[in-house]
Amino acid sequence: MARTQGTRAGARRVSLLVGTRKGAWLLHADAARKTWRVDGPHFLGHVVHHLALDPRDGRTLLAAAKTGHLGPTVFRSTDRGKRWKEAAKPPAFARATDGANGRAVDHTFWLTPGHASEPGVWYAGTSPQGLFRSEDGGVSWAPFSPVNDDPDYRSWMGTVQDGTPDGPKLHSVIVDPRDAKHLYFGMSGGGVHESVDGGGSFRPLIKGLEVVHGFDGATPTAHDPHCIRLCPGNPNRLYQQNHCGIYRIDRPSDTWVRVGRSMPKRVGDVGFPMVVHPRDADCAWVFPMDGTDVWPRVSPGGKPAVYATRDAGKTWQRLDSGLPKQQAWWTVMRQAMCADAHDPVGLYFGTTGGELWMSRDEGRRWQGIARHLPEIFAVEAALFA
Amino acid sequence: MKVAIPSALRSYTEAAEAQARGATLAELLADLDRGYPGIRFRIVDEQDRIRRHIRIFVNGSQARDLAQPLV
Repeated sequence: MARTQGTRAGARRVSLLVGTRKGAWLLHADAARKTWRVDGPHFLGHVVHHLALDPRDGRTLLAAAKTGHLGPTVFRSTDRGKRWKEAAKPPAFARATDGANGRAVDHTFWLTPGHASEPGVWYAGTSPQGLFRSEDGGVSWAPFSPVNDDPDYRSWMGTVQDGTPDGPKLHSVIVDPRDAKHLYFGMSGGGVHESVDGGGSFRPLIKGLEVVHGFDGATPTAHDPHCIRLCPGNPNRLYQQNHCGIYRIDRPSDTWVRVGRSMPKRVGDVGFPMVVHPRDADCAWVFPMDGTDVWPRVSPGGKPAVYATRDAGKTWQRLDSGLPKQQAWWTVMRQAMCADAHDPVGLYFGTTGGELWMSRDEGRRWQGIARHLPEIFAVEAALFA
Repeated sequence: MKVAIPSALRSYTEAAEAQARGATLAELLADLDRGYPGIRFRIVDEQDRIRRHIRIFVNGSQARDLAQPLV
C-alpha cells in the first residue's frame, strides 16, 4: 500500500465505500480529509454486504447485493460508480445431482481483489459458506478450490444453525502480497484456513484459538473467527478478532496467541472488526462489543470505544474522545471498520445505527461524518486512480 | 405469452410486461433470461428452486414447480 501524506497537495484522496442494509454510498474526501462529498444511494433497497475497489486498476468497483426478495448478485462499475452492470454469472454453487439437497447462495458476503500479479482475479465468500473466484474482473464467477464440496469442509461448515443469526459466512479472504498462491479465509463458524498451493487444498489453522466452553476446540466447526487481517507492514503477522477473543499469529508459527487477555475485564475482548496499521505491524485497532449472557452485540455499557495496541497486543489503550459518553447502543460489523494509508493513519467505522465516524489521527479524536444512513455493513477506504 | 413483471424486476425489463415463450415454466424463464440477462437468477436459485420469497402465478394460480406446463 502506498504511503500518502494527508495534507500534501496532489495526494490521492481517500474515498469511503459504504455498504448498508438499504443500499450503497460513496464518500469522497478533500485532500485534508476534512470535507466529504456524498454520492448515493446506489442500489437503493438492496442489501449491500460489501463494496470493494480493485487497487490494481483503481477504477473497478464491485458490489455484493441482494434484496429481501430477489436472489443475490454482484454489480460492477468501471467509472467510479457512475454506471453499474450486473455480473453475467454471479457466485452460485455447483448444481447438485439431487437438486433438492443442493446449496444455493443466499448472499455474497465478502469480496477480495486477487494478487497484484493476477489482474482481473477476485475472490468472494458467501453465505451459506462457499468460496468463489472470478478471473475476468468480477463478470463471471465459479466455485473455487475443493472446499465447497469437500466432505471434511462441508462437515466443518456445519448447517445454518452453526453460523451467525444472519447465516454462516465465509469471510476474510486474504491473499499474501508476496505470493499469489498463499491464501487464508475464515468461516463463522468453521475456523481459519490456509492454502499454500493457490487454493488446490486448504488446511485448518486453528491451534491456540479458544472455543465456547463445552465445545471441542480440535473441531473446526467449533471455531468462530469474526475478522482476520494480514499486516501489510509484515505479511508474516495476522491479527484476528474472534468470538472468543483477540489473537495474533506470527508465521511460520501455526499457533494463535490470545492478545486480548490484556484488555480491561469490564470491556472484554469480543467484537467483530479487526483493523491493522498499513505500515506498523505492532499497531492494530478493535471495536469491542458486549458478548456477555445473551450476546447483546452493543457497545459495552452503551459507551462505544475503539481500543488500540501499539505493541502487538501486549497493552491496549481506550480511544473514545469525541464518541458518545453514554446511552449509545450501537456496534460495528466486521467489514465496517478500516484504515487508510495516510500518515497519520485515518480510521473509519460505520455503525449499526447508520452513523459514519472518522479519526484523522489514528483514533485519538473521533468525529461523525454522516448520520441517518441505514444499518452499515461495510466501510472500505479506497484510492481511486 | 405475456409475462407480468413486478416492480422489483423492472430494472431488467424496463416495463411492466414482457413477452416470452415456452411449453413449461422452466422454458419460459429460460427464454425470459435470454431477453433480459440475469433476471432468472434473481427468481430461481442454482438448484432450480423458486426462491423463498418469490411467488410465480400462472393464469392466477400459484406455480410451485418449474416443470409446470403452460397451456
